[in-house]
Amino acid sequence: MSTHIGKNFTPPCIEGKVTGEIKYAEDYKAEGMVYARLLTSPMPSGRVVNIDASEALRMDGVVGIFTADDLPPVAPPANPALASDYITYVGQPILAVAAISEEIAESALDRIRVDFERRPFVVDPLDSLSPGGPDAYPEGNALVRTQEEGPEGSPIVGAQIKSIKWPQSAIDALKAGREPVGGEFTDEWSFGDIEAGFAEAAAIIEEPFVTMGYPHHSLEARTCMAYWENGKCYFHGSSQSQSANNAGLARMLNIDLADLVFINEATGGGFGSKIGPYPYMAISGNFARVLNRPVQLRITREQEFYIGSARSGMQGWIKVGVKENGKVSAVDLVIVNDGGMTGGGSGNSSAQHVTVAYQPENMRFRHISVYTNTTPRGAQRGPGQNEMASVLAPMTDKLAEAINMDRVAFRKVNVLDSDGFQGGSQGPVTSAFVREALDQGARAFNWAERSALPKDKGGSIRRGVGVGLGYHGAGGRGYDGLLRIGTDGKLYIHSGVGNLGTYSYAATCRAAAEALQVPWERCEIVRGRSDRHLPHSSGQGGSNTIFTHTRTNWVAAQDAIQKLKEIAATDFGGSAEDYDIGNETVFNIADPSKSMSYGQAAQRAMELGGKFSGEEYPDDINPLTQLAVQGLAGTGLVGVAKDNLPGVGQPPGNVVGFMEIELDTDTGKVKVLDYAAVADCGTVVHPKNFDNAMRGGMVWGIGLTNYERHVYDPQNGLPANTGLYQCKPPTNQDVPIETYAGGVNIPDPQNPTGGRGIGEPTQGAAAAALASAIRDALGGHMFNTAPTTTDMIINHLAGNEISSGTGSLRTNTF
Amino acid sequence: MPAHDVMPNMDLYQPVQVEDALAIADRLAERGWLVGGGQDTYGWLKDRAKSADALIDLSGIESLRGIRETANGIEIGALTTLTEVAESEIIHNSYSLLSQAAAVVASPQIRNIGTLGGNVSQDVRCWYYRRGLSCYRAGGNLCYADTPQGMNREHALFEQSRCVAAGASDTAPALVALDATMVIQNLDGTRTVSAEDFFVGPANDIESTTVLRPGDILTAVRIPNTWANATFYWEKVADRNVWDFSLVNVAAAFKVSGGTIQDSRIVAGAVQTTPRRLTNVEAAVRGQAKNAQTGESVKALAAEGARTLAHNGFKVPLLQNLVKRAISA
Repeated sequence: MSTHIGKNFTPPCIEGKVTGEIKYAEDYKAEGMVYARLLTSPMPSGRVVNIDASEALRMDGVVGIFTADDLPPVAPPANPALASDYITYVGQPILAVAAISEEIAESALDRIRVDFERRPFVVDPLDSLSPGGPDAYPEGNALVRTQEEGPEGSPIVGAQIKSIKWPQSAIDALKAGREPVGGEFTDEWSFGDIEAGFAEAAAIIEEPFVTMGYPHHSLEARTCMAYWENGKCYFHGSSQSQSANNAGLARMLNIDLADLVFINEATGGGFGSKIGPYPYMAISGNFARVLNRPVQLRITREQEFYIGSARSGMQGWIKVGVKENGKVSAVDLVIVNDGGMTGGGSGNSSAQHVTVAYQPENMRFRHISVYTNTTPRGAQRGPGQNEMASVLAPMTDKLAEAINMDRVAFRKVNVLDSDGFQGGSQGPVTSAFVREALDQGARAFNWAERSALPKDKGGSIRRGVGVGLGYHGAGGRGYDGLLRIGTDGKLYIHSGVGNLGTYSYAATCRAAAEALQVPWERCEIVRGRSDRHLPHSSGQGGSNTIFTHTRTNWVAAQDAIQKLKEIAATDFGGSAEDYDIGNETVFNIADPSKSMSYGQAAQRAMELGGKFSGEEYPDDINPLTQLAVQGLAGTGLVGVAKDNLPGVGQPPGNVVGFMEIELDTDTGKVKVLDYAAVADCGTVVHPKNFDNAMRGGMVWGIGLTNYERHVYDPQNGLPANTGLYQCKPPTNQDVPIETYAGGVNIPDPQNPTGGRGIGEPTQGAAAAALASAIRDALGGHMFNTAPTTTDMIINHLAGNEISSGTGSLRTNTF
Repeated sequence: MPAHDVMPNMDLYQPVQVEDALAIADRLAERGWLVGGGQDTYGWLKDRAKSADALIDLSGIESLRGIRETANGIEIGALTTLTEVAESEIIHNSYSLLSQAAAVVASPQIRNIGTLGGNVSQDVRCWYYRRGLSCYRAGGNLCYADTPQGMNREHALFEQSRCVAAGASDTAPALVALDATMVIQNLDGTRTVSAEDFFVGPANDIESTTVLRPGDILTAVRIPNTWANATFYWEKVADRNVWDFSLVNVAAAFKVSGGTIQDSRIVAGAVQTTPRRLTNVEAAVRGQAKNAQTGESVKALAAEGARTLAHNGFKVPLLQNLVKRAISA
């Protein structure tokens, strides 16, 4: 029986977070530190012609400026730390100025004169694709592969920016909700025969849709502080991840992996925007080297809007055919992504969501991601999947209605199971129990009764109930685990997992404690800075950590167990197989009097040396883990291993959500009355945090469907809502306080603890359930937008010509 | 474009007597900036979108705080926080329209520091203007919002005159509905202005939303008992239920006898720069039953004269529906 897995515990950093004693990157100061601030672009597109900082540099207290010329050149579409030849959005950093105080640094910014050359710009992908439309880069508006692509998900190698234009007829068709015949795409996949699938269909729906990107709002802006000492760079950074930063950041600083100490005790949120080293880290590290002084580059809330990355938007069209028995027979999907200045559209992930939701017998997907002169785009909680979940849910309801099937029953017919597939390559999954989740959720929510209640609640209030599905791949393989048993008998679990607020760094360490049967109070997690000898770990993105690092800690523990047994056999005779562990001892199974404590075994490991104390280590561990083991060598019994556990397929994170709302037809306001969600994430490893993830995802899902969006003025490329309050993430007054969060809790066969991740789909399920409920409340009206805001609902009810959303298929607009 | 977030270098005066504050304000004139709770001020200054040589911090002047009963109503010191206004028993007992409006301004944190005087004196929230663009209101010669492609969802329906920004205050419509009087002091003495006249639209003054001039300090708001314990209706519709500005709000006071409306003051906020008194609706409902049928029959009047922009058309039905609800409730 598990002693640690599935049990609540208090992660060790909680007290510091509650008391305020824990330090974030911005809290660190170093002697002689100077303060750097950014000067950013006032225009959406252009280039820097000249920078005159002479007046600023003459100011008392100003110690230097740092520009793109101080960094290696970066060619588009790479996102530069500092821009010069390619300015591609308002708010893009151009230079940093450092001074002995923040006030002086900010005053200095006002005295720097930058001459620009303007270029054409565009903020809506369809404007760029239109004949004669502007391109976001001088070279074009889309990234086109120039050689065959690798397996799905592999980085784009060999690609260049080109200008792609569609015939006006294709643009018009897309806006009118028809197939954009003649439109050129950069990615395409299909399986089966969609024409045959549509021919079999009893009902077909065809819908346009538009989702808007929106920024991250991690409460901690990405401030960094760096200083150099004896050739080493000590770098305090705000990041979701820990070890995943080291290699990339060392490259940015042009130093050996061994010369970087990356420090990240705690991070105030990331949600995909801080997975690995981001470009701006290069500024503080290199500026500190140039000045030979510690440099803190503090990022303002407004700058975090600009550089903090954002969800990409979609403009698309979908056609779905369903058979009499409810099975989806064919899907034809077109997505134009708004990729911002980085082009990072997540259309393929959106298409993956469709494959998971429908398991279609035949499907075609065509995609193009178009650059716009808007902020950089990247991962944001379920990128692609979650916004697709929001617009797909009402369409799914429409399909179910078309064949007179209950909405939950329809989803049960079509959704992923353990024998199912995900994505265009129809890859397998480790296990999936979404039908069980739907049954459990429907019971908890009382779906049968509530979905049959009258819609009219009197006056202007309409009732709506909805159901939705969230999905994201939730686990990785092949990373390293590292731990040490000290002569004090304690278990020191070295974790390279970042502390991004999910506490998965701690939950995953419980796998080692479980395997070695060590009480939690006798365990210590070693983490937070790379000179504490931390192993190579995944980035804390993609909902992967629970699956990935329960495995690494498990395999490191297995290595330690084997070494414990071998040490005992060396001292007491026999072979390792004759021994077992228990009560923090290793003992002879036949003669338990032959035993030694973990502390004694650690002492013997140090005496024996070699692999036992880390002087030797496996060949297949990552260079970063090698450095960590070298640092630990000789200090106890070292368990270290790469996760080579067998298995194939993507570990899925699945969530289903059920929501009831009231919609006020006078005001367009939606009130969420109740939400019940059930996750299929294998064994729930840490129940309290599972609950937190389910609740937090719901909040953001409500934001995705009802509130949050980028707004840009197409006349001047200026963003309208750079402030946190203007972006309108939901507050505690906009969401239900009491909710139900359940888990199917069927262990995943490919994880020793049974667990899989769950972070991202929690949002998608809530977003989808809300969109489904809005449609229900409005008697089947389809907005096909995310978000669907107050004004859109009022406009619909008043019969106003709708100026946004699918009325025009415009994005980044009100 | 520098993205600032620390205060610029400027002088700071912290008077503790109104007389001292008036003297400083008079001496500095346009170079001085009055600050109460600072919730409007600090954004302007930190963003460098507006500047001044000196801040005159009024928060130390105790005489500007508090709620007092007077012979014919109440007087509220301009520095009284919105939380104090919302929670005041005196206000709640007789003028709950203002309690309700104050209770939904921004967020609890902002209401704890923000003042009634600041709430009514705050500048408009047009994002172009706040960004520091040189629009009409900022002394320039164009409006960025009033264009076919302008992002103007939150902007005005009425009384657009070069500027189309909408007022942001939630308490202002309530004070107009209560027929409040604003008490203004300067070195020449004290004058009072009705709330309705206190707010100024762009046709009259495009650079200021109130009649306050350099050297003036709004010291108090007086509410007469004319409308005490009337039948009130307050509703604010914003995207979010907290920390959001009104898309439209309605503050109404009715004198009802036997179910019939004898008199009313119905005021809409966020539909023009100033609170908009819907006198045509007031006239139409006089002598009518206060019920849903009347509300339905007159609601169209509320939007008479509206000129919609590219993205604010939804405000027309929203305003009409809120007026209907005010009369129906």
